[in-house]
This record gives sequence, C-alpha cells and structure tokens, in this order.
Amino acid sequence: MNMTNNIIPLAFMAPGERGQIVEIRGGYGMAKRLYGMGLTPNSVIEVIVSNPAGPILVNVRGSRVAIGKGMAMKIFVRRI
Amino acid sequence: MKAKVAFIGNPNVGKTELFNRFTGQHQHVGNWPGVTVEKKVGKCVCYGNELEIVDLPGTYSLTAYSIDELIARNFIIEEKPDVVVDIIDSTNLERNLYLTLSLLEMDANVVVALNMWDIARNKGMEIDVKKLEELLGVPVVTTVAITGEGIEKLKETIVKAIKGKRRKIEWSYGKDVEEVIKELQEIISKEEKFKDYPSRWLAIKIIEGDEEIIKKIEESKYKDELLKIASRIKDGETVIAERRYKIIGKIIEEVLKKEEEEWSFSDMLDHVFLHPIFGIPIFLALMYVAFQFTFSFSAPFSDMIDTFFSWLGEIAKNNISNAMMASFISDAVLAGVGSVLVFVPPIFSLFFALSLLENSGYLARAAVVMDRIMHKIGLHGKSIISMIMGFGCNIPGILAARTIENKRDRIITVMINPLMSCSARLPVYILLAGVIFKSSAMAGAAVFSMYLLGVGLAIIMAMIFRKFLFGGEPPTFIIELPRYMFPKISNAARDMWEKGKWFIIKAGTFIFLVAIIVWFLSSFPWEATHGGVYIENSYAALLGHAIEPALRPFGWRWQAGVALFFGFLAKEAIVGTFGALAGESASVAVATWFTPLTGFAYMAFVLIYFPCVATLIVMLREIGKKYTLITITYTISLAFIVAGLIELIGYAVGIT
Repeated sequence: MNMTNNIIPLAFMAPGERGQIVEIRGGYGMAKRLYGMGLTPNSVIEVIVSNPAGPILVNVRGSRVAIGKGMAMKIFVRRI
Repeated sequence: MKAKVAFIGNPNVGKTELFNRFTGQHQHVGNWPGVTVEKKVGKCVCYGNELEIVDLPGTYSLTAYSIDELIARNFIIEEKPDVVVDIIDSTNLERNLYLTLSLLEMDANVVVALNMWDIARNKGMEIDVKKLEELLGVPVVTTVAITGEGIEKLKETIVKAIKGKRRKIEWSYGKDVEEVIKELQEIISKEEKFKDYPSRWLAIKIIEGDEEIIKKIEESKYKDELLKIASRIKDGETVIAERRYKIIGKIIEEVLKKEEEEWSFSDMLDHVFLHPIFGIPIFLALMYVAFQFTFSFSAPFSDMIDTFFSWLGEIAKNNISNAMMASFISDAVLAGVGSVLVFVPPIFSLFFALSLLENSGYLARAAVVMDRIMHKIGLHGKSIISMIMGFGCNIPGILAARTIENKRDRIITVMINPLMSCSARLPVYILLAGVIFKSSAMAGAAVFSMYLLGVGLAIIMAMIFRKFLFGGEPPTFIIELPRYMFPKISNAARDMWEKGKWFIIKAGTFIFLVAIIVWFLSSFPWEATHGGVYIENSYAALLGHAIEPALRPFGWRWQAGVALFFGFLAKEAIVGTFGALAGESASVAVATWFTPLTGFAYMAFVLIYFPCVATLIVMLREIGKKYTLITITYTISLAFIVAGLIELIGYAVGIT
C-alpha cells in the first residue's frame, strides 16, 4: 500500500484506529481552534467512538474531543 | 496593599469553583466593554492584601480568532494584572500547558494552580512540582478547588508573587524560527508604537500571522520589513503551534514521573452514551427522569407550603378587625409570599437535576449526541446546552449560547430559546394540569408534552430562521468532553442554591409585587367590589374584559386574560394572578375557568406567547434590537396559531 492511499479524512476512521494528522484544510480560524485543543499536524489521534452521521470522538494528547462530521472531513490523517 | 489578579484556564478545569472559593459572595457580574461577554469580578482579602480578582473567559489558547480569547489576551496586555493565576487540569498537562506557555510569552506574572490534584493522585500520576516550577520559572501550587485543598497555599503564593519577579525563561522554537524572532525583535524595539508589547511575544504573533497584530503592524512604518522577515517561516501558525507542543513534550518528559491512562471507564461509557442509535433515546430518557424527579420529589413540599399559607391567611382574616387590612394581609401579602414559596421546591429540584447532569459530564455528551439532529435543523450541537439551560431559565440559556462561535448560529439559538419552557412556566403547567386532568399520570404527561411542544416549535422556527434570515452556512462543531465523574451531592446542592437564588430574589420580589398589584386591581374600587368579593366590578375585570375579545374564540375567560397581562412581566405571575383573582386557593378557581381542552391550549399559549421582560432585556443585549423585535413578533403570532390548532384538533376528535 502506498502512502497516499493511507491518508484519509478523519471522518472515515473507524473506532479503535490510530493515525497521525497530516494536514488541516479548514482555513485560518478552524486551524487555530484545533491547535489550541491539541490537534496539530503530526499529533497522534485515536478514534474512540465514530458515528455514521454525527460527530467523531477522538483521543488527542490525553483529552477527549468530539469533532463534527463537517470538520472531520477536513482533517487528513495517516493511519498508523 | 491593593492588587489586580486575573484567573485564566481551559474550560472544564474548575476555574469557576476556584473563583468562588476566593471571592465567596463578593462577586460582581457585568460585561466586557463593547462586547456581550460576561465579566465576573470578585474581591478577596488575603493576608492583608485586597485582591480584585477578574475571572477571564475559559480558553484553550490566546489567538485573535475568538472573542473570548481576544478579551483574555487584551486584558493581560492592556490592564497588566499584578498576577495571572493559570488554572490547569493536573490530569492533562500537555494540552493545558499550551495556554501556560502563551501566557509566559506575554510576560505575565503567572502563578500556576495544578487543579484537580486529587484525581491525578488517585490515578497514580506522579508530577514533580518542584521541577515544573524550575522549568516554567513561576510558582506552582497544587489545588483541589471542590474541596478547598491547597487554597490557602495558593493565596499565600499569589500574595508573594505580587511583589516578586518571575525568572524569565525562553524556550527555543528551533534555530530557523529563533533567528526570525531575533530579527523581528530588533525592529520592534525601534518602534515607539510597540513599546507596550513584550517584543518576543509580538514577534511570535507576527510569525503566526495573528490578525489583530498584523493590523497593528500595518500602522507602522516598519511594516514591510517586518512582514518580509516573518514570511521566511512558511505557514507560521502551524510551525509555532507544533513546536510549542514539542517544547511541552520536553517539559512533560522531565516532570511527569508516572502516568496512568484512566480513560478506559469513561470511554466505555461513551460507547453507550454516544451510541449512534441508542444515544438519542438515552438522552430523552435521562431528560424525562430528570423532570419526573423534579415534579414528584418536590410535590409534597409544595403542598405543605400551600396548605400552611392558606391556613395562615384564614387566621389573619379572622383576627384582624379592619376589613381592608385583613384582606391586604391575607390576600395580598400572605398569598403573595405563598405563591413564591410554593415553587421553590420544584425549581430547586430542577436545578439540582441539571447540576447532576452537568457535573457528571453528561451535558457535554448531550451536545455531541444532538449535534447530528441539530446540524440538520441548522443549529449547532452546542445549541442543545443553551436549550437545556433554558428549561431552567431562559436567561442562563441565552447566556450559554455565547459558547457558539458563529454569530448566526448564536442568534438563532438565542431567538428560539424562549420556546424552551423555563421553570417559571412550570408552576402554571402544574397548577393547570393538576386541576383540569383527573389522573396525575395524565397531568404529568400534559406537563411533559409542553416541553416537547416547545422543542418541536423551536426546531421548526430554527429551520425557518436559518432559511429566511440567514443563508444556511453549515456550523462547525468541536467540543472537549470532560471525564465522566460521579457527581458530588454537595456540589449539586450548592449549584442548586446559587442558581435557585435568582428565583427567590428576582422572581420572588417580582411575584410578590405583582401579587400586591393584582390584589389592588381586583379589590378596588373597594366599595364596588365589596372588599374584593365581587371581582367582576374591579379594575382587573376592566382590564380582562379589554383583552377578552381576542381570547373568547379560545374559550378563555377574562381572568385568563388578566393573568396573561401580568405574565408579560414574569410568567410565574400568572399563577399569583389566578390566586388573587380567585380570592382563595388558585386551584379551585381554575377548575371552573377551564375545560381540559381550553386549559391545555392555555398552557401552550403561556409557553409561547411572550418572553418575560427579564429575558427580553438580556436578549436585547445579546442579539440586538432587530432580532429581539422579530422574536417578540413571532412568539405572539405563534401562540395564537398553536393554541387555535390545539382547540380545533381537540373539537374535531371530540375532546372538550
């Protein structure tokens, strides 16, 4: 499997999966908010609960953050 | 000595509890100038020093992105507090230290409070506090805000810090960034306009491309030079954020001796509470339990109070010889006090239940569970918190909408909040439903249906507002979920008292005043009414008859109209009005004024017809004149439509 195939939006990750954030494509404001909550490029996240249409719950830097579907589509993650 | 102290910290770190510990009852709640963010200021005398403590909004960082963060940051830069107390969740140093580092870069005189120390201890975490002090260059105190542990030590440390100067420690952002920072600092030091700002902080902000700071830079003659140097770091904000976490990683490596990840239980619960299918039924079930608790638990207490004041009223009537005085004491004063106190039990129970939900960590989950639906109707998951708070009182509900960043989402959330059935309307439902329905199960269902009706209408109105007032841009949702905790009864009790106080004080005085006015309107002219016996000859009747034409189609009498009029002032006054108009116990009167159908429609009307005056005042401040006017208009029209529909449907299916 090559690298590009392994990079997917956070929204597509399944519970229990871990990944490293590669890129946040959400514009200035969204990135700023995510950084403060610990979601920066290279940070490792683990999906705790994911919902087909609702927010996704992740473990990032030891805290639990629920991220709406729309936003989770703009956070790109490499599975590890 | 006098000193200015600021409290700052991430959300969910116990900042409010700590603030309450310090200031007790000496708090003043106002607004930050020019914006609608709440400003809490308190006073505390510590070791002979008079501290003025400002509670800054809870933030994760100090960017220019959100208004809360901007307020916090401008306060620190412009007001230069003597000490900034940074409250940290001991169990999550990594994320919390991000704010701490930002504060230190601003040259703030920081004292760190490692709060929730008990949880860290119980989890088996070992944090080297001395080492952390050494690495940060500022005093660090361990605290447990909810029990008061470490508070004295923190006070002592703050007082010492007022005079003390912290050791300045600079962490390296890496060679490339540090070079740029240095060059920027050199130019910054030449510019008179920047002399109020710490130069290193300003340099970092320029690299980050901070909107507010860039605006400032553009006023300077060095602007091109500065921006050119800063542009050497590509995507500066990401680089700075990432490296700041790297610095934190190094600090934690030295400080955190032993870490136990204790999320497994909490995560397990989240698999249940955030379940894609069961999440929503669980949410509804919990809400239902909370409300049943509110009604059934408090009912006997309310009955006792009611009986007691009726009895007292009888005694007063029989023992005071002057008829007008006797009527005043028993029908105005005692009836007024009674009608206030009767609602203390259910309202306090409600706040108790809400507090348990909040402190257990569930309320934040409710926002997550509901985001899917909220998103569909054009609202934000966080709107649900505002809506749930609205069940207690629309004022905190409207204030809770402040956590929503997007202005449009916030305005819609505020506009629909009056449809959330606040606890002041609860007395009206309890009175009406209790009288017009034979079985208590029916009455309970009728009361619960008011809450559902309100939510249903709120959803419809939200969709309408989203579509016709704002072109629907989809709201983004992100929220931190605190660890589930077994809620402490003592905390819930204190919360209940703090929040319930408004009812006794604000609503209480209001109801009492209204009760006296109503007594006057219904007993005068004294001769014509024979001392309040023939109310149909009173001023109140005049008023009721004036409103009656609009209400006649609904089968409501003029008494119902008078009550609605007084309900404009405060919805809880409706019950007081019924009581005063009936001259005895309100429930007896209501039984003769309403059928089950007209009574039920009246309940719906009371739910919708107008936000109370206090709510309007807050709303005006939060969303402005235009949207407040729209809210008044839509609520009045909607009330007539819904009540009419209920009666039409009722008659159609043969209910009267």
